[in-house]
Amino acid sequence: MFKTKLIATMLASAFCAAGASAAWTPDKPVEFIVTSGAGGGTDIFTRTIQSIIVKNKLMDAPIVVVNKGGGAGSEGYVYGSAEQNNSYRVTFGTNNEDLLPLVAKMGYSSEGFTPVAAMALDEFLIWVNSNSPHKDAKSFIEAAKKGDGLRMGGSQSKDTDQTLVSIISEATGAKFTYIPFKSGGEAAIQLAGAHIDSNVNNPNENIGQWKANMVRPLCVFSPKRMAAGPKVTKDMSWSDIPTCKESGVPIETYQMPRTIWLPAGVSPEVVTFYSNVMAKVQQTPDWKAYIEKTSQTGTFMAGDELRKYITQDTARAYSVFKREGWLAK
Amino acid sequence: MDNFSNLMDGFAIAFSFFHLALMAVGVLLGILVGVLPGLGAPNGVSLLLPLTFTMDPVSAIILLTSMYWGALFGGSTTSILFNIPGEPSSVATTFDGYPMAQQGHATHALTLAFMSAGFGAMFGVVVITVLSGWVTQFALKFSSPEYFAVFLLTFASFIGMGSGSAFKAIVSMMLGFAFATVGMDGISGNMRLTFGFSELVKGISFLVAVIGLFGLGELMQTMEEGLRFDGIHARIRIRDVFKAVASMPSHWMTLLRSSLIGCWMGITPGGPTAASFMSYGLAKRFSRRKEHFGKGEPAGVVAPETADHSAGTCAILPMLALGVPGSATAAVMMGGLMIWGLTPGPMLFIERPDFVWGTIASMYLGNVMAVVLVLATVPMFAAILRIPFSIIGPMIVVVCFIGAYTISGSRLDLWLALPFGILGYVFKKLGYPIAPMVLAMVLGDKAEDAFRQSMMMSKGSLAIFWNNSTLVATIMSLAMLLLFWPMVSMIIRHLRGAEHGRRISA
Repeated sequence: MFKTKLIATMLASAFCAAGASAAWTPDKPVEFIVTSGAGGGTDIFTRTIQSIIVKNKLMDAPIVVVNKGGGAGSEGYVYGSAEQNNSYRVTFGTNNEDLLPLVAKMGYSSEGFTPVAAMALDEFLIWVNSNSPHKDAKSFIEAAKKGDGLRMGGSQSKDTDQTLVSIISEATGAKFTYIPFKSGGEAAIQLAGAHIDSNVNNPNENIGQWKANMVRPLCVFSPKRMAAGPKVTKDMSWSDIPTCKESGVPIETYQMPRTIWLPAGVSPEVVTFYSNVMAKVQQTPDWKAYIEKTSQTGTFMAGDELRKYITQDTARAYSVFKREGWLAK
Repeated sequence: MDNFSNLMDGFAIAFSFFHLALMAVGVLLGILVGVLPGLGAPNGVSLLLPLTFTMDPVSAIILLTSMYWGALFGGSTTSILFNIPGEPSSVATTFDGYPMAQQGHATHALTLAFMSAGFGAMFGVVVITVLSGWVTQFALKFSSPEYFAVFLLTFASFIGMGSGSAFKAIVSMMLGFAFATVGMDGISGNMRLTFGFSELVKGISFLVAVIGLFGLGELMQTMEEGLRFDGIHARIRIRDVFKAVASMPSHWMTLLRSSLIGCWMGITPGGPTAASFMSYGLAKRFSRRKEHFGKGEPAGVVAPETADHSAGTCAILPMLALGVPGSATAAVMMGGLMIWGLTPGPMLFIERPDFVWGTIASMYLGNVMAVVLVLATVPMFAAILRIPFSIIGPMIVVVCFIGAYTISGSRLDLWLALPFGILGYVFKKLGYPIAPMVLAMVLGDKAEDAFRQSMMMSKGSLAIFWNNSTLVATIMSLAMLLLFWPMVSMIIRHLRGAEHGRRISA
């Protein structure tokens, strides 16, 4: 098994070498820039890809992973786009690459990047404490309409979580007091301790607490239910969570793409090289295991398809930011 | 005694030649990254992380935790020898450790630091073993008001520390708060005090400030005093190591108090840095030799080191049991956990008891090994001080700047370290304490976030700090008492003095 793999790789690399006159390959260490602190979702995303590339020898050049998570990730984006024709700086992030420059002056612009690939879509769910009286999304939203604002926790300010909360309020008339924490992990613990009424965490941020029956998912902002996988609690798996639309919350999708970027000035061959590597990463069993374990939706978008997706995604956020008055002057 | 039998199973897993070898490697690498300022434990652990991808999770966590122990020890070494804390949590060790080294007691200071660190860590592991079930429940009680109360308590324990002017301490602390606000504000997402420099968006790194304030500032002072460094005359005798070990029992009260503070801060998670500062402040407060603190008082080394390590150890528990990292390094390890296919959280204890208890058992073994290894390096490190200052001084400058650059590879940080060095020198000359500023820089933005989150929760009512829970009310009241203690004690003294005077005149 291992031998055949080895031969296959050798053959593949031989072919590459033969046709290499045109194709670009890195000939010195490549920096993978993580736009989050160590341990964050983007960090795990990047390091998983790094480990898959190393394990399957998908790239000859060594990889150096650097965390630059300061200023909600803008530190990494500034660094990643500082040298416009540097083919050795690959930046890993989410759609906050486009959103951050909208809300504050950041020292980089989203035009400074060209997207290489989007590899996964992270889902968002409404979670409540397991002792909460609200058993489904509908009764939860009804309750939120009445009071003077349920406490809704989330990661960071004016980022994906708060944007979603604003979209929910706009669509349903529910009132929330949004409380920003440093990370989704913190928001998860605050919910488990019943200090807040709800959060809109990604599956991976709340799974530990859900397993222990401390929190309960109400619905997922996805067009269809999530993949089943093994049971998480005694009687529920991810696919038993209704979509928000079927539980009467009129929002069909809200997902966060995990995207890989290069500086906008690099040549198209460089972009093709990295997006080919990522396409190979995406086919490995380790990648599938990562997607299943973190309960994300696997995807692979590159080129024009990805550009179109980003344009739509940004336009939606832009309208929310405008309504909330978050846009940077 | 369920935990005990679990622990024995854990020992069976951890006690293999391969694991012991991993511990030794981890500890030695850790000492190395701890000694280099700027590199530090979180960076060291993330550098090692890719190596662990193909390892069994128990072996992987043993390697990483051992490295963590080693780095904590290494951080104290440079604090004592050169006044450059390798880790934020070893800043408080410089206050008395460095004066001791200057007076030629480097061996004594290093040994004391390592022994008390070992004691603190052991205390922490025992607490984890005994209380693992209860502790997670306690940590869940903590929300923003409680966090703010804990931070306020730490600040308060520093304001009224006794010697020196309380007003100077406040000035220094306020400057620290100002530095802490630079960069992106987590609550509003806006930029503050960045003046359009994109490099300032991430804020002023605490380590850059420390390298300037302590490392460079101290060098300027030493140069002014004519390159005199008494460490040169110190003779290194193995006997000193044993003498220092033998003096440990006389610090029992400090050891116990600091261990408790450390555990509490590690679990809650206030973190090792807050723990070491608070424990130093309280040790000084309760000491009968108050005026000796800051001038080479052994208890001033014992207190922060014990608290630092017991907090560092206890921080592992909320990481495993709740998925909240209690320290920056714990956050990196948590990322590792997920890559190895484990979900940190309450169910980890039930799903993978072999991993959890193997880790806890390895903490006993790893710490013993770390103390032994690190004690063996004492004579070597102490010998560095025998090198004439005119040679070692420039080398420290180089190390300082390399350290400042390593933190995030930013050139601006090099330029920032310089003014901080000058600031440190000026502070020393004018008798302003540096410690409150450093403390405010480390905890300032966390305290601010916690305060503003509390205000959002209570819709602007300060009453949340008293009626949220009895826990927060107790901590707040304690903090207020500590904060106003200098005033209260002044009034009491005044009244007593007046009474005394009356008696004489009568």
